This record gives sequence, structure tokens and C-alpha cells, in this order.
Amino acid sequence: MNELLTMQNITIFVLAIFVGYHVVWNVTPALHTPLMSVTNAISGIVIVGAMLQTVTIGGETLNLTSILGTIAVFLSAINIFGGFMVTRRMLEMFKKKVKHIPEQSK
Amino acid sequence: MIAVNANLTSSAYLISAVLFIFSLKGLASPTSARLGNTLGMAGMVLAILTTLFVGHHLIYSLVGFAILSGAIVGVLAAKRVPMTKMPELVALMHSFVGLSAVLIAIAAVYNTAETHTAVQRIELFIGAFIGAITFTASIIAFGKLSGKFSSKPIVFNHQHLLNLVIALLLLGFGIVYYIQDSQFAFLIMCALALVLGITLIIPIGGADMPVVISMLNSYSGWAAAGIGFTLNNSVLIIAGACVGSSGAILSYIMCKAMNRHILSVMLGGFGGDSAIDTAANSAQKAVKSGSADDVAFLMTNADSVIIVPGYGLAVSRAQHALQELTSKLISKGVHVKYAIHPVAGRMPGHMNVLLAEADVPYEQVVEMEDINNEFGHTDVVFVIGANDVVNPAAKKPGTAIYGMPILEAYKAKTIIVNKRSMAAGYAGLDNELFYLDKTMMVFGDAKHVIEDIIKAI
Repeated sequence: MNELLTMQNITIFVLAIFVGYHVVWNVTPALHTPLMSVTNAISGIVIVGAMLQTVTIGGETLNLTSILGTIAVFLSAINIFGGFMVTRRMLEMFKKKVKHIPEQSK
Repeated sequence: MIAVNANLTSSAYLISAVLFIFSLKGLASPTSARLGNTLGMAGMVLAILTTLFVGHHLIYSLVGFAILSGAIVGVLAAKRVPMTKMPELVALMHSFVGLSAVLIAIAAVYNTAETHTAVQRIELFIGAFIGAITFTASIIAFGKLSGKFSSKPIVFNHQHLLNLVIALLLLGFGIVYYIQDSQFAFLIMCALALVLGITLIIPIGGADMPVVISMLNSYSGWAAAGIGFTLNNSVLIIAGACVGSSGAILSYIMCKAMNRHILSVMLGGFGGDSAIDTAANSAQKAVKSGSADDVAFLMTNADSVIIVPGYGLAVSRAQHALQELTSKLISKGVHVKYAIHPVAGRMPGHMNVLLAEADVPYEQVVEMEDINNEFGHTDVVFVIGANDVVNPAAKKPGTAIYGMPILEAYKAKTIIVNKRSMAAGYAGLDNELFYLDKTMMVFGDAKHVIEDIIKAI
């Protein structure tokens, strides 16, 4: 059962690499930085793993596992919110540029 | 009932993975990029909600508290970071993914409610060591980018041998953990991986930072995928693999733009002290230097001007002043364009973001391949804080940057170069462009110089 699951995971993994490759290959150089910040936010998906370790063990709330899990949830949340927000901020700048709105006073 | 739930959650995770793929797809073009970002957020919300729903014995208060405080920190950071500091922010966020991966793996190993099969132990090992390397390597990259550590490569004898020894020890403790399920061996393995992250990154010099940061982007994806394997969670595997290959593609593009082989970047030592010595020697050569008034005169009398912005522009935050200068020139009937080298700035696409921030219209910004044949019939090229990307030495066999694609600024009728001093660029090479008869050097901080030029026009 376990070996079967692992084989399935490897299949998913390899196929996903190809998907990623084809999706990202033609990104325009002007968007490389936003691409990187959005992938940063998406790597924050490890939050799923972190949440699943923030668990009570034998009825105990505070244990090494739950503490480490909480820290990991915190760190990945920074990534998720920071990554998506900063990407949005950058893309707003690109949008402004396309519409030719004159420079705002600073 | 349980089977229905399992199908439901698998479907929810699958939808969220598909949303991530669409998110990356959206980022490929400026028109769909914002939608892409939104789809990514939707995918993340779905994944988190699903996890809250499926998790057994989750401590909701702790999870909620951690998400909320992480959100506050993340949003504040995203709102406050100056665009010039984007590379530092990205490096720091890579380190968070790495650290999270290590912590999750250790948490799982110490989770007494779980037993790990042999296969799961291998997966935990892989997830933890990639995460640990990503964590410390990103911290060092962050330090080098922000100037907290020297950006010079640190090279010593038997460096690669040391790395090999650490890697073998790491593998050894990994095997001990695999055979004996020993928590202690697992911790030692993590510690060794943390050290390896440092020793791998210190020989890489500042010039190669765009490659390094892309590489770490890739690693952070693989670390997430590794955690996905241990959890048998498809969304983590898919998202991680996509991020991993995206980072790998960016590394490849950056390597090509610098004509560097990925292996030689990783082995490091580029831009060392010896090269800087030769630059110091030849600084005796005569250069023509001029004032802001001279530049203003040359530019207003030109038909066409190409601006080559480099890292120096970012450092002095001169992009807004530069935009003002450009509008003034355009109002006087001068054709102005910006030429962007793929590695201008400190990370892929950094210069485009800086110019976008300063409201430079999209059509004025031209990529390297499209503008190189225009330099020959351009009156004035204004190089601001760029060095290696306009160094004609790249055309000469035997030089350190031979073969690197450059912006052919030397073909223009007049070249104006703004630099703070005659110091060499990151490659540590002298630039003969500065000594040409048709080149005029304007020394000083980019922002002050540009402001002076604006006044003089």
C-alpha cells in the first residue's frame, strides 16, 4: 500500500515538474521579479504540513511537535501574505505604466 | 462517510493545485499577471481551509494565532519594503520556506503519535536536508545582498573537499536515522545540512547573486515538494514541483545572460581579489571627465538617447529623477529609450520593477536583444551605475567575462558614464569603455548627477 502511494507521489511529482516547466518557460523578462515573489508565496503551501503538526498529542496541547508546528505556520504565513501582497504591489506599478497615469506626487 | 470526505478533500486539494498552476501561467504576461496573483491567493485559501477541515486534533487557537501574526508581519513587510530591497525580501522569504520545512520534519520525527515507515523516513530525510540547506544558504544570500556580509567570495583551500565531507557525513547520519529511526541522528543530520548551506554559498560572489537567488527559489520549491511526499499530500508535491522548475528555469536564463555555467557559479570564486588588483593598476589610464552641464548640452542636442541603467541606479534610488530627466528630454523632441540587460539589478527582472515604480512607460523599456542593433546609430548612450553589462571585454577571448552577452553601448557616437568612482564592477574587471575618446565620465552619486543635469537643461 505504502509503496503504491509513493509511486503515485513520484508520478505526480514528475508530471508537475513538466507542467511547471511549460507554464513558466515563456515568461517575459520584465515579470521575472513578480514571478519569483509569487512562487515564494506559493511555496508557503508548506503551511499545510505545518498545520498538520500543530496537534495535541495524547491530549497534551504543548509538546515539541505542536510548538515547532506553530512556528512553521507563522513563518509560512509570512511568506504567503508577504509574497502575494508584494506581488500585487509590483503588478499595480506595471498596470499604472500601461495606462500612462502621470507620476503621483510623493 | 469517511471515504466521501477523503474524496472531497482530495478534490479540494486538487482544485487548489490547479489554481496554483493557473497562477503561474497568468504571471507569464503583463495582461494576465494580476489575475494570476489572485488565483494563487484563492488556491492558498482553499488549501488552508481544507486542511483546517481534515486535520485531526489540530490546535485551532495556535494555528489561528500563528496565521494571524504571520499575516500581519507579511503584509507590513510587503507594504513597506522599498523596491530596491526586493532581492533581500525574496531571499529572506526563501529562508522562511526552508526553515519551515526543517521544523515540520523535526516536528514529525518527534511526533509520538506517528510512526514512520522506511519510505517515510527517507522522505523526511530529503525534505529536512533540502529545507536546511535552503534556510542557511538564503540567510547568507540575504546578508550578502543587504551588505551585512561582504559580497566577496570566501575561498579557501580544500573547500570543495570540506563540502564533500560534510555531505557524506550528512548522508551517513541520514542512513543511521533510516535504519535505527534515531531522533538524535536526525537532528545531527539537520545540523550538518545547516552547515552545508553556509559552506556551499560563501564562495559565490556578489556578481552571481541573480543566479543564486533563482537557485534558492528552486530549492524552496523542492523542499516543499519533499514535505509533500512525507504527508502524501498532492497539492504540496504539485506546488513544490512547479516552484522548483520555475526557479530552475530562472537560474538557467540568468546563467545564459551572464554566460556562466551553473556548475562554475556553484563552485564559486568568481570576482576575487586578484582581478580587482588589475583594475586598480589600470586606473592610472586617462579618462575624460565632464560635468552635469556638459551632459545636459550633449543630451539636448542629440536626436536619440539610450539610457542603460544598472545597479548603481537602484542603490542611489535615482529612478524617479531619471524618469523626470527622460520626460524633459522627450518634451524637447529627443527620442529616449531604456536598454535593460537581463541581469541588471540584483535579481531577475529587478530593473523592470524599479522603472515601473518610477512610471516609465512600458514601450520605452527595451530588452537587450531588441536594442543592440540600435546603438550604432544612437547619438548618446547614458550609462548609469552599470559596468560589466556594457564591458566590451566580453567580446575578447580570455577575459573573465568573455562570451557574456552585453549591451553594445560602445557602438554609440557619444557615451556618457555615470559612476561613483573608477572602482571595478562585480566581475572585478577593468572596463575599457571608460577610456574611449568618445566616452565622458561623470563621477558622483547617480541621483545628484541626474538632478544636476535636470537643472542644467
